[in-house]
Amino acid sequence: MRPSLQRHRSVLDFALSSLLRRKGRNLALTAVYTLVVFVLASLVFFVQALKHEAGELLEHAPDMVVQRMVAGRHDPMPASQVDAIREIRGVEEAEARLWGYYYDPVYGGNLTVMASPDPTLLPGSARIGRGVARNMRVAEGDMVPLRGYDGLPLLFTIQQVLAEESELVASDLVLLTPADVRTLFHLPEGLATDLAVKAGNPRELATIAAKIVEKFPDARPILKAEMLRTYEAAFDWRGGLMVVVLSSAILSFIIFAWDKATGLSAEERKEIGILKSIGWESGDVLLLKFWEGAVVSLAAFLGGVLLAYGHVFFFSATLFEHALKGWSVLFPRFRLIPALDAYQLTVLFFLTVLPYTAATLVPCWRAAMADPDSAMRS
Amino acid sequence: MRPSTLCLSLFSALAALFAGMLLHAHGRQATATQERAGRVALVRSLGLTDLCLFTEARYTRHPAMADRHAAFQDHPMALDHFPSGSLLAPPQFPSPHAPIPPAPSQRP
Repeated sequence: MRPSLQRHRSVLDFALSSLLRRKGRNLALTAVYTLVVFVLASLVFFVQALKHEAGELLEHAPDMVVQRMVAGRHDPMPASQVDAIREIRGVEEAEARLWGYYYDPVYGGNLTVMASPDPTLLPGSARIGRGVARNMRVAEGDMVPLRGYDGLPLLFTIQQVLAEESELVASDLVLLTPADVRTLFHLPEGLATDLAVKAGNPRELATIAAKIVEKFPDARPILKAEMLRTYEAAFDWRGGLMVVVLSSAILSFIIFAWDKATGLSAEERKEIGILKSIGWESGDVLLLKFWEGAVVSLAAFLGGVLLAYGHVFFFSATLFEHALKGWSVLFPRFRLIPALDAYQLTVLFFLTVLPYTAATLVPCWRAAMADPDSAMRS
Repeated sequence: MRPSTLCLSLFSALAALFAGMLLHAHGRQATATQERAGRVALVRSLGLTDLCLFTEARYTRHPAMADRHAAFQDHPMALDHFPSGSLLAPPQFPSPHAPIPPAPSQRP
């Protein structure tokens, strides 16, 4: 082995025995440090994966959704507007969507009821999301009662429970035939909830939206880019929860690192004094402290990141479930697809490992510069 | 055994797990299209616009389709009633510190 490598190994041996001398303190330190990295990494992984998934899925969403606004609120759209929008040049396809919300008073959950264009869905039948089936404890072939606008129950046979992998978009969905949706919500023929527009050339979307607003000032076009931006903003670094967790974690970490940086214990000063008096150079002392810091911070970083990965992608971010679930009765169960970002991992590394290692070096450099005799006496 | 040998072995194992994590993520990404196929088919056929993450209110279930002031929709700076609202940043405008415009009668 090369002499320089041998020297590093010897210093590492000494650093480890020094860490083991204060076993309890250093273990507690590594545990807290790992926990900080774990929380930060879990949040970064979770948010990044959700953002990526939203982007991938909403790429297939309608190019534009047109709503009608009445008194500042979303209102059903008359068929005449739907037909007129279809006529606008550049509009390739315009589908009237029929959907609404249904509050289930028995289970206390909010369901999204939607008309399915699938002709294989029979009248009086429903396709339901996994979350609905789980909450209502029903399976294929069972009947579910939904209370109509007049308070009378309408019975639907469950034709299919949607596949498990669709939970992220369809956990709360109840798909009915258009006629059944109209009966349930008392929506007369000729009215639609909104309109899904597909443009022949996506670059013409802004022009089409402007033409729609010009023709119908009460229309509100929502472009696909805006839908994507909503999720970008919701899970952005600036987002509420991210800011709260990140700032408190970073602040506590800064206090922790500052505490380390502002001073050494009398025992540590004495140790440095002894090392210098037996012939150690200041550089050797700094190398020793660098290895001590590197062992603790690297172990915490790698451990924290690995635990976070397992937590988010194998255990579906169980610890965040309560925050995400909020007041929802119906909560989707989904396994996220990892979307690791080298930039974010690097930022996490530099935010955690470097400040700690630097914080351990500064006070040692001060102590190493001092006279060994005074260091031992102090 | 020297403590450094044990420590380096431990770090090698952690580094190997870290590399395994990156490979696992890469592998899942490679099969993601297949895994996502069912969801994509539903989004396409029904024209879905939102993820089913928070179902407690209409403006958290469909944030992209919600009224303009959602999630703080009662009035722009109103606090949301649901914990999931903490994930959404409040709107930038109107700011409570923005100067109040003069009444039309007082305008020059």
